[in-house]
Amino acid sequence: MASTFSIKHQPGFTAIAATCFVVLYLPIFVLVVYAFNAATSTSEWGGFSLKWFQSAWNNTQVIDATLRSFQIGAIAAILSTTFATMAALATTRTPPYRGLTFKYAAINQPLMVPEIVTGVALLIFFSRIKIFTGYSGLGYLIAAHTAFCIPFAYLPIRARLENMDLTLERAAADLYATPWQTFRRVTLPLLWPGILAGLMLAFVISLDDVVITEFVKSGGQDTLPTYMLGQIRRGITPEINAISTAFLLLSVLIVTLFFFINQKRN
Amino acid sequence: MPDQPGKNAIEVRGVRKVFGTGEAQVAALDTVSVSIRENEFFTLLGPSGCGKTTLLRLIAGFDFPSAGEILLHGQDIAPLPPFKRPVNTVFQSYALFPHMTVAENIGFGLEMLGKPKAEIKARVAEMLKLVKMEALSGRRTSQISGGQQQRVALARALAPQPKVLLLDEPLSALDYKLRKEMQIELKRLQNETGITFIFVTHDQEEALTMSDRIAVMSSGKIRQVGSPWDIYDKPAERFVADFIGETNFLTAAISGVSNGRAHATLKSGATIDATVAEGFQPRDNATVVVRPEHAKLTKGKGDLSGTVENIVYFGTDTHIHVRLDSGEVFTVRQQNTRSAGCGYEKGEKVGVLIGNDAAQVLRD
Repeated sequence: MASTFSIKHQPGFTAIAATCFVVLYLPIFVLVVYAFNAATSTSEWGGFSLKWFQSAWNNTQVIDATLRSFQIGAIAAILSTTFATMAALATTRTPPYRGLTFKYAAINQPLMVPEIVTGVALLIFFSRIKIFTGYSGLGYLIAAHTAFCIPFAYLPIRARLENMDLTLERAAADLYATPWQTFRRVTLPLLWPGILAGLMLAFVISLDDVVITEFVKSGGQDTLPTYMLGQIRRGITPEINAISTAFLLLSVLIVTLFFFINQKRN
Repeated sequence: MPDQPGKNAIEVRGVRKVFGTGEAQVAALDTVSVSIRENEFFTLLGPSGCGKTTLLRLIAGFDFPSAGEILLHGQDIAPLPPFKRPVNTVFQSYALFPHMTVAENIGFGLEMLGKPKAEIKARVAEMLKLVKMEALSGRRTSQISGGQQQRVALARALAPQPKVLLLDEPLSALDYKLRKEMQIELKRLQNETGITFIFVTHDQEEALTMSDRIAVMSSGKIRQVGSPWDIYDKPAERFVADFIGETNFLTAAISGVSNGRAHATLKSGATIDATVAEGFQPRDNATVVVRPEHAKLTKGKGDLSGTVENIVYFGTDTHIHVRLDSGEVFTVRQQNTRSAGCGYEKGEKVGVLIGNDAAQVLRD
């Protein structure tokens, strides 16, 4: 028996840990299993079938919503990562000064403000612009997603920059590289894993968003999550399970892909 | 030897560097002027915080002076950004680009200068040969040892053929044997390339063995500039004498100054001949330094007398600490032989003989 304090050896540790895992993963497991249910119920097993995947695939509303989600996610991820990279460079490449903490807070604001508040604020704000300009396209959703994705893209990029040796940039300047060449040839390649992490995180966060999207979207602008929410209100079929399962698979795929890219770089 | 302005690679004129503002202001460099000749191995030596690295950074262009000029072959470079100065640096941490191979690292400077590909390739091959790294040209810099990284850092800085090479304590991360090897290697590279080296170190032994000339710095000022021999044997100030090697300090009254020589009357009453530093004003309470290896012990009467207090064996030699009758401790270094001990014992009454040319009177 170890004489030092070890959390693992406290009574109830195993039970608490097991409960957490069960609550976290069992529902997902059940959801995935019932995606393959041949019956129309999400709780009674009627044999194995892929028909719900097929039905989702043939549902143009699902396909439309998915493509819209990808479109918004991709554009918002690229835009927010670009802004986040600039913000990270600006906040790490200077000696600390008064107001720097305030800037961190301002950049990370979407992490702290309740989404519902942002959603309502954007709804009112955008409705004014809609009346004024008459434009009611995807631009509003893209702008909103870009805004709330910035802190998610910012954090891994800033972490990477803070771990980077500043003398490398000094060495490049010493070897006749102009500030732009230094950025292109030294800073950017070393920052790339951070940027990639930011990009993927932003994409996943955008793909997943319900609250803000629900408030900002115009008619016929459902993303996959808001479409699913709408469907559930009308009664659930295993088609929702199938879509969720496909969605889950995609997330796992992205995370795995990112993990391997990072491994290779290190 | 008077300075010939045309022959100076670098001329630092009245350079000040102040950090902070108001009350918290600190002068890292306090009106420093120094000339570094072409093809010279010049060392800036001093304890940490003396301003040696600040001066190097000003020459490299990573920082700009608060006042004064820095001339490179007669042209003021102080306001230029680092990428416009024909000066390259070997960093203490080497700062090799981890996402490039050894060869790409070495070729980086030439590439940035827009040299043609064939020329870069030839020059990189030449540099790899110079630092004996041909076999590892395709390796990532994380896949080679510390000593090898050091060589790559040198080759990278030398490849663009800079007018001046700056070295910021480049050997401090290496172990003792490797450091000795690299000291010889650096001297060889300087001879072969004919480039002016400005070397920053806090290691006095390193400075003495490698340099053509040394500038000893403390608290933002240059205390003395001279050859290693000048600095060691003719220290002008107490700081220099104390920082470089071991020294005995004695108080003496100085008289009869002429031609750089004087009579020094020690507290024991004995009078010895001494060399005086430049600009010395005769006075009663002057400090005289004697290196431990320039004094001898005798069983009879010497210039000073005392009692052996401690004997420390160092392998090549033995240090004998003598408590003088006047109260000070005086160290004598005696070369060892295999057959006999040092010949003295603790508590023994001894005399100290100071050679004709052994004593130096300090300016302060």
